[in-house]
Amino acid sequence: MNVIVCIKRVPDTEARIRVDASGSSIDKSGIKYDISPYDAFAVEAAIRLKEESQGQGDVSVLTLGDASSGETLRKALAMGADRAVLLTGEVSLDGLATAKALVSELEASEADLFLFGIKAADDDQQQVGQMVGALLDRPCVSGVSSFEVYGRMARCRREVEGGSETVEVDLPAVLCITKGPNEPRLPALKGIMAAKKKPLEERPAMISKSRLRLVGLFTPPVRAEGKIVGEGPDAVPELVRILREDAHAI
Amino acid sequence: MEKVLAVAEQRDGRFGAAAYEVVSVAAKLAQDIGGAAHSVALGGSGISSAASSLGAYGADSISVIEHDALTDYNPEAWVLALEEYIRSGDYAAVVFSATTIGKDLAPRIAAHLDVPLASDVTAVEMSDGTVSVTRPVFSGKAFAQLKIDASPALFSIRPNVFPAVERPRVGDVTTSTPDLNASGFRVRVIERQGADDGVVDVSEASMVVSGGRGMKGPENWDLLEALRGALGVDSALGASRAVVDAGWRPHSEQVGQTGKTVAPKLYIAVGISGAVQHLAGMRTAKTIVAINRDADAPIFGVADYGIVGDLFEVVPRLTDEITALKAED
Repeated sequence: MNVIVCIKRVPDTEARIRVDASGSSIDKSGIKYDISPYDAFAVEAAIRLKEESQGQGDVSVLTLGDASSGETLRKALAMGADRAVLLTGEVSLDGLATAKALVSELEASEADLFLFGIKAADDDQQQVGQMVGALLDRPCVSGVSSFEVYGRMARCRREVEGGSETVEVDLPAVLCITKGPNEPRLPALKGIMAAKKKPLEERPAMISKSRLRLVGLFTPPVRAEGKIVGEGPDAVPELVRILREDAHAI
Repeated sequence: MEKVLAVAEQRDGRFGAAAYEVVSVAAKLAQDIGGAAHSVALGGSGISSAASSLGAYGADSISVIEHDALTDYNPEAWVLALEEYIRSGDYAAVVFSATTIGKDLAPRIAAHLDVPLASDVTAVEMSDGTVSVTRPVFSGKAFAQLKIDASPALFSIRPNVFPAVERPRVGDVTTSTPDLNASGFRVRVIERQGADDGVVDVSEASMVVSGGRGMKGPENWDLLEALRGALGVDSALGASRAVVDAGWRPHSEQVGQTGKTVAPKLYIAVGISGAVQHLAGMRTAKTIVAINRDADAPIFGVADYGIVGDLFEVVPRLTDEITALKAED
């Protein structure tokens, strides 16, 4: 079972986001970067699959980004992936441009599974995995919180509003992974050392022009300061009055 | 004449707020450009009568694509049926709802049509033939304004942000049945596990009661369920990541950066400290109430109203007062 996981380097989710002076990008000073959280779930799923088949099969990780994304690939290698490819190019909000760049690398692949995090924690566009599936003409299931492989089929648990679905998909397939029961492992020192020797290739991406033209970036207006209505249960009647009469919330 | 298409989603044969919001957005855009709003709905046989309700929200025409294979969402079936329909239509813009279905369907359609997609937008307008949108990025810590340089311009709208506005139109319904062979599908939905009947999903509820570690244990959740019940039918339970990771509540209730983003009318955070990642998931709620015994909890920084106190005393009192208020209504 050969698996390719596509990942993305994004600002850490703790980061305070500020828009820089140009108004068209974020102020990167002081920001720590890491693998996008849902992508980490995807890497974890790929490594577990390999562990469950007694180490048979190969896990590759692929990313589109600038040179600093190499660090993110090394983290995935330290978690247990076998090899990595960095496609260097500018990532935009246009997920289709990203998908096409990834597809030019993926189309010759004979991998059984292509995993993506369901969405990237920076742009939240939630589209690249499905677009890659469409362009590669591989069946795709998104919102997968867990899955199992049975021969040439994967049985997935798909999270939907109000519940979940059991979905079967024929391999080779694209799965867009959401949070599931297996927390992504933290790389151990042994894994970090081994990662330094694992193959990491770098090549320029074939990236088309973005057709989502960024006009501006802004931070939301700060909510007006709230008020503490009071302490303890005796403050409740006043809260209820405010919610009914002032806020019209109930 | 320019046409804007709304992809109206049905679930279990019924159209709800998501569909009416999408049609309303298409109708408003069409009005702004002096064009027409169309809507298309996919489903099993018999949904045409329910589909006529879309006319009330501004659909000049309603196309219903019926087939057994379309009864519930299957990406292969829906993409095959919808791609064909959109291609033959020459639309200036196509609006989807950013629900689970819409967020899965829209990117596939975009890739097949070779156009970009702006997901989960919170504002849209059209000027000089170009669609401009605003959408949240970094989990809503910032917003990006984009122009879509493609036609049709595809975007999905965040639920609960655009109002469903009644603009009654004649709304002629035409029905067609595509040629679909379900046995060829490579994706098959085997089973659905639904939540309790009548309980709305946290991402769609207009009121949310959300619990965090301050609740001390899963056995105390009936306190929150009682409050939720007192608020009424359009309310749901939410949860912080900490209590989901601890196994106290299911992931479907998690609100936050690695959970759901919700924009309800009322969000009551009980025993939740207010980590950055949680705030990202609920900060656009219209009214936020926080109940916490720690006056310095970050949640009070984003709440509109707060009570500092023991939630085990405050919440039952709140349930009682709201129940009494509703009894008077």
